[in-house]
Amino acid sequence: MMEWDTVLMSRLITTLTLGFHIIFATIGVGVPLMITIAEFIGIKKKDRNYLLMARRWARGFVITVAIGVVTGTAIGLQLSLVWPNFMQVAGNVIALPLFMEVFAFFFEAIFLGIYLYTWDRFKNQWMHWILSLPVVVGGALSAMFITMVNGFMNTPQGFEIANGQFKAVDPIAAMLNPATASKVFHVVSTAYLTVAAMLAAIAAFSILLRKATDYHKKALKLMMFLVLLFSILSAVAGDVSAKFLAEHQPEKLAAAEWHFETEKGADLILFGWLNDDNEVVGEIRVPQFLSFLAFNDFQAEVIGLEAFPDDELPPLWIHYTFDFMVMIGFFLMSLSILYFIVHFMKRLDVHNKFILSLIVASGPLAFIAIELGWILAEEGRQPWILRGYMTVSEAATTSPYISLMFFLFLGLYIVLGVLCIVTLRKLFKNNPAEVELEKKFPLKREDGE
Amino acid sequence: MSYELIGISVLWFFLYGYLIVASVDFGAGFFAFYAKLSKKDHLINKLISRYLSPVWEVTNVFFVFFFVGVVGFFPDSAFYYGSVLLVPASIAIILLAIRGSFYAFENYGSKENLIYLFLYGSTGLLIPASLSIALTVSEGGFINETANGSVELAYLTLFQSPLSWSIVFLAIVSVLFISAVFLTFYASRANDEGALKLVRSYALFWSTPTIIAGLTTFIFLSQHNTRHFQNMMDLWWMLGLSVFFFMLTMWFLYREKYYGYAFISVMFQFLFAFFAYGIGHYPYILDPYVTIYNSSTNETMGIALIIAFIGGLFLLIPSLVLLLRLFLFDADYVKGKK
Ligand code: HDD
Ligand code: HEM
Ligand code: HEM
Repeated sequence: MMEWDTVLMSRLITTLTLGFHIIFATIGVGVPLMITIAEFIGIKKKDRNYLLMARRWARGFVITVAIGVVTGTAIGLQLSLVWPNFMQVAGNVIALPLFMEVFAFFFEAIFLGIYLYTWDRFKNQWMHWILSLPVVVGGALSAMFITMVNGFMNTPQGFEIANGQFKAVDPIAAMLNPATASKVFHVVSTAYLTVAAMLAAIAAFSILLRKATDYHKKALKLMMFLVLLFSILSAVAGDVSAKFLAEHQPEKLAAAEWHFETEKGADLILFGWLNDDNEVVGEIRVPQFLSFLAFNDFQAEVIGLEAFPDDELPPLWIHYTFDFMVMIGFFLMSLSILYFIVHFMKRLDVHNKFILSLIVASGPLAFIAIELGWILAEEGRQPWILRGYMTVSEAATTSPYISLMFFLFLGLYIVLGVLCIVTLRKLFKNNPAEVELEKKFPLKREDGE
Repeated sequence: MSYELIGISVLWFFLYGYLIVASVDFGAGFFAFYAKLSKKDHLINKLISRYLSPVWEVTNVFFVFFFVGVVGFFPDSAFYYGSVLLVPASIAIILLAIRGSFYAFENYGSKENLIYLFLYGSTGLLIPASLSIALTVSEGGFINETANGSVELAYLTLFQSPLSWSIVFLAIVSVLFISAVFLTFYASRANDEGALKLVRSYALFWSTPTIIAGLTTFIFLSQHNTRHFQNMMDLWWMLGLSVFFFMLTMWFLYREKYYGYAFISVMFQFLFAFFAYGIGHYPYILDPYVTIYNSSTNETMGIALIIAFIGGLFLLIPSLVLLLRLFLFDADYVKGKK
């Protein structure tokens, strides 16, 4: 019983830390791109609104980065503290991308430091803009390398095992495992999508609360455009991910889709629930669509759960995480399309209460989709930590102190989360954009506006 | 040179780098708090935040680099240290988290808040103390093997060991000494007479405890791990050089000149001591379980990591130079004109 308890606590502590880190990591990947875009447009069009956007976003970013860094350091250490057996084994094959990730951090951290503290130090504005590029690249590379590690856990390759020893290790093959391409594409595109939705939500919220200033309207329009762009890319990437699963990790897809029997022309099941005999009831069925999702062919054969031993099946509740993630994805896409339709119709004001409220909701929803996606990906790998080689319970620490540590970290994240929100509020509440615009970039009399 | 040896040398260099940059950071936290208590904060706190705010994240990456590197090159050490250090390392993470979030708040005037400054200052001393436990454990004798084939920390032995307390003490006073000498240098660059006088007095004050702590640790080490002690005695010339550079630092400080050289000299003092300690430890990573040879990763991975490292340096060094030029060697920035 003791044994089982430490495993459960190990899982919980990892879920907690990663679930918390991923929020800030997503912001850390996405916000630099938005800052770069805003500063670029600002310099190009000589529009002070965009320049101010870059500055204000960067100022908020300082705070989320701090939390991203400390929680990232926590998870980095916890990998060895909580999963010592896993790191001992997998370290032999997967150390390279983890190591390269550190260089990406280094690169990102150095240029972030420079970027944030040199706003007015260069005569040529483009010099300062160029400094933002390494931050964007560094963030995307961090995401790419860590996602490779995660891909390796799902589809390990690049080694042979002889007498319990790793032989013929090929680090590059391990990095370029079958899961890498689809996962990196999906993780990076959804990070950009989520941050665009978050910033759009903030702009919409300000308009709802006060009045529609130029600053907020421009921010909203820019971000809604990016939501549109990245929601399409994310959906494509999600589709690629499903096709990857069908081929390389069919048990995850089958569990997510409640697809019990291998068959041709499989239906796609949305929502519903399972009765006592494990039959699906109350679902929405889209005929033959699962085959299409999995193989681009309505007649293709999709492997069902029956093909796998019972003790190697992931939990079936991940079905819901999949459904809600996809729903949120289509909601974000439809909302951005709606926004632009209304925007171009001219007769209606796009800044009406209904649309703005939906946009405000889209920010938190995008983060929920990120969490749901990771829960799907990680729970769908159960019971394996290294699919086919090592289970989660073999990998966990046996230290009984793990429970105590769980509560310690829970406390820490609550404090960090609260402080983050309090500081961000303090930062922006008494300093509205309109006022700052006049202070930072006062208009000369003659240009009017 | 075998790839194991290259690996451990590179990592030891980075740990040394972390020791220096983090000491500057940790010590500064304590001084900021102490100056506030003694109502001298107007003299130095601005100076401190000017230098530290842009670079704290970089400091943190040094640490991440070290532990990711160790796990990469020596995966078995992940098992031993990971199992043994669950509690002390978790505490260190939490302290690091409190400290890291300070920088986020510091930007917005909370630095006036005494409680927060207290947390910032005290974590500056507690983090080195908790991290130093890893060094103590590496000496061997603090680990129990459990019935199910795993390992755990022998808490009672650790708490009763004079070696472990002297290492903690050494960690804390070195942090304060290194930091004070750096701040002396930085204040002199900024031509800030008031701050200079204050931090110079800190540097002078913490020099004596540093050398005493070094000696006592050495004595307790001789009782705890004779092999390590003997190996270090064979490296007497490195220890001698370390003492020499310590005295050189003191001379610069007393002459009230050449503060830049004083800091470089401190860096050499710790470089020699740290490498004498490290080389004396060879080949063990965790005495007697883990050596760099029995724990190392396979050769392919070892070489891949070294190649990645060299590639990374090409990216890193120019960027670091840029950072230092903008914030450390740009006289106008240091003086607060930019
Ligand atoms: C804003 C966030 C978001 C949105 C809108 C979507 N996803 Fe997603 N999804 C993720 C965020 C995410 C993620 C957090 O990024 C995951 C977790 C692991 C991964 O690789 O990406 C993920 C995983 C993930 C997986 C599992 C991949 C694996 O385990 O290898 C599949 C099959 C999909 N997604 C499919 C979709 C589809 C068809 C979507 C339709 C629009 C979709 N996702 C929208
Ligand atoms: C097992 C999972 C993960 C580990 C071990 C990990 C590790 C870390 C570490 C050690 C840091 C701090 C680096 C520093 O000191 O600057 C960090 C920060 C960061 N991580 Fe994670 N990470 C994980 C998951 C992710 C994921 C999935 C993403 C991207 C989608 C990500 C993106 C980032 C980014 C962008 C930062 C920089 C800090 C920021 O801007 O917020 N990480 N991570
Ligand atoms: C090498 C690194 C990793 C290890 C050792 C690891 C291991 C685990 C384990 C054992 C769990 C518990 C699963 C369970 O609930 O039973 C988990 C959950 C989770 N992981 Fe991973 N994982 C890694 C990489 C990642 C990455 C890169 C991410 C992206 C951020 C991630 C995100 C998550 C999330 C969000 C959960 C919670 C899901 C849930 O509720 O189960 N993991 N991880």
